[in-house]
Amino acid sequence: MALERLDLEHIPPSYQIYTAFFRDVSNADFLYAQLLSRNSEFEYAFIDASSVISRLHLFSAIYSAVNVLLDGNLRTPNVHSEIVVSLNINNNIADAYRRWGITPSKTKDLVVVKVVPTSNAQDESSTTIQTQQAVWEHLSQQVQGTPTPLTDDELAKTTDWPKVRKYYRLNGVPALDRVADEQDKRKQSEKLAIMGMALRGL
Amino acid sequence: MAATDGQQFPPPKVLTYPASAPPLLVTQGAEGRLYKTTHLAPNRPCALKYRPPKPYRHPILDARLTKARISSEAKVLERCWREGVPVPAVYAMDPAAGWMMMEWIEGIPARVGINKLLGDRREEEEEEDAEAPLPETCETLLADLMRRIGAAIGALHKTGVVHGDLTTSNMMLRPRRRGYGNGSGADGDGDDAEVLKGDVVLIDFGLATQSMSDEDRAVDLYVLERAFASTHPRAERLFATVLEAYKETFKKASSVLVKLEDVRMRGRKRSMLG
Ligand SMILES: Nc1ncnc2c1ncn2[C@@H]1O[C@H](COP(=O)(O)OP(=O)(O)O)[C@@H](O)[C@H]1O
Ligand SMILES: [Mg+2]
Repeated sequence: MALERLDLEHIPPSYQIYTAFFRDVSNADFLYAQLLSRNSEFEYAFIDASSVISRLHLFSAIYSAVNVLLDGNLRTPNVHSEIVVSLNINNNIADAYRRWGITPSKTKDLVVVKVVPTSNAQDESSTTIQTQQAVWEHLSQQVQGTPTPLTDDELAKTTDWPKVRKYYRLNGVPALDRVADEQDKRKQSEKLAIMGMALRGL
Repeated sequence: MAATDGQQFPPPKVLTYPASAPPLLVTQGAEGRLYKTTHLAPNRPCALKYRPPKPYRHPILDARLTKARISSEAKVLERCWREGVPVPAVYAMDPAAGWMMMEWIEGIPARVGINKLLGDRREEEEEEDAEAPLPETCETLLADLMRRIGAAIGALHKTGVVHGDLTTSNMMLRPRRRGYGNGSGADGDGDDAEVLKGDVVLIDFGLATQSMSDEDRAVDLYVLERAFASTHPRAERLFATVLEAYKETFKKASSVLVKLEDVRMRGRKRSMLG
């Protein structure tokens, strides 16, 4: 099963977080339409992989959204849309959907996140397995694309750096300009993107 | 003691959720606490700064102040980081809940490194020894560290930020090589020397402000000078090296150093009156 269960630090056990990665998705229009019509079977964060830098980058957005959820301060309909807006560095929600969300006829590679409450589960382990299976069954039926392991290497293949640099204001940054090594520069860019997300709107 | 402390002042809610290791209380100051914990993954250590609610303040005012202070510290850190001033990166924050997670800086505060090198003596002994010359290797090492401190402050002031609480406790010495601690000299002296060669990283921007004024910058330097004199009397002479490096890094330093003379004068008058 290509649905990964994330084990992030400081997330209460009352939530399970799953994530998957699909390359060469051919039905972005259909998936987008499900979100638009608020089809309750499609409570996922659909994220355009071209604006994602790394696992750490993605996890920072998830962590931020779950925290907002726990604080009871959601500014969007649910934790999944909150993950998408958490990737932004300002509070413009429409912008965030356009930049990081799924875009019809454009999105080719798709990162999916699903947050499942487990609070009233009797036997957590067995319920978890069922849920994970159920989520994967639904996703793999609905998303037409190639399931791909969500690794930094795979993510790096689809990152559109000029776009990411624009979204996170990484052009003309002295701290980045003085880094010569390309690998180091990406690490520093990732840091700055995460910092921008953390400070969103300040 | 830690346990009773924990009960009197509960940790922030965010630290009550499970993690690979329990959070470690590093310092408990008047304004807040600093924990060592993890961000997202067990191998990603972070420093969590927490400002607990103040029961003696009106709750609405208190919430507003806490939020403003956490936000302001984070903003200054981001600004410094972008400009290439060595500071921890911000990882995550919840200003309303009073916490901020930032990059964990390995190493030790400069205060500890310097005192280790000079030997941990009581203050009276220090004063007697203050005139005694330091061994040459020691002198060179310290002078080199002073240069790096001066350069860091010069870079900070250049970005339009004054720190507000410059002390050698608010500077970390981060080991330079990745995977440090491998194969450095077996004798203790060698290790102390190695530690002093670390990169200077400025921390604790809780009192920092954005300012381009010579006066504010001079006060920043003066505060460090005073702190230096009381924490490291044996190395006081070396403070001139901090100012030299500051001047080399920061174009507008000369007018700040002129102001520093005024600030020192006022400081002296005040201590004579008081
Ligand atoms: N980012 C960090 N990485 C490692 N240690 C830190 C970090 N920030 C603070 N510390 C440690 O915690 C101490 C207290 O933090 P500081 O920000 O100076 O708060 P305070 O306002 O209590 O002085 C520091 O002197 C340092 O030893
Ligand atoms: Mg401090």
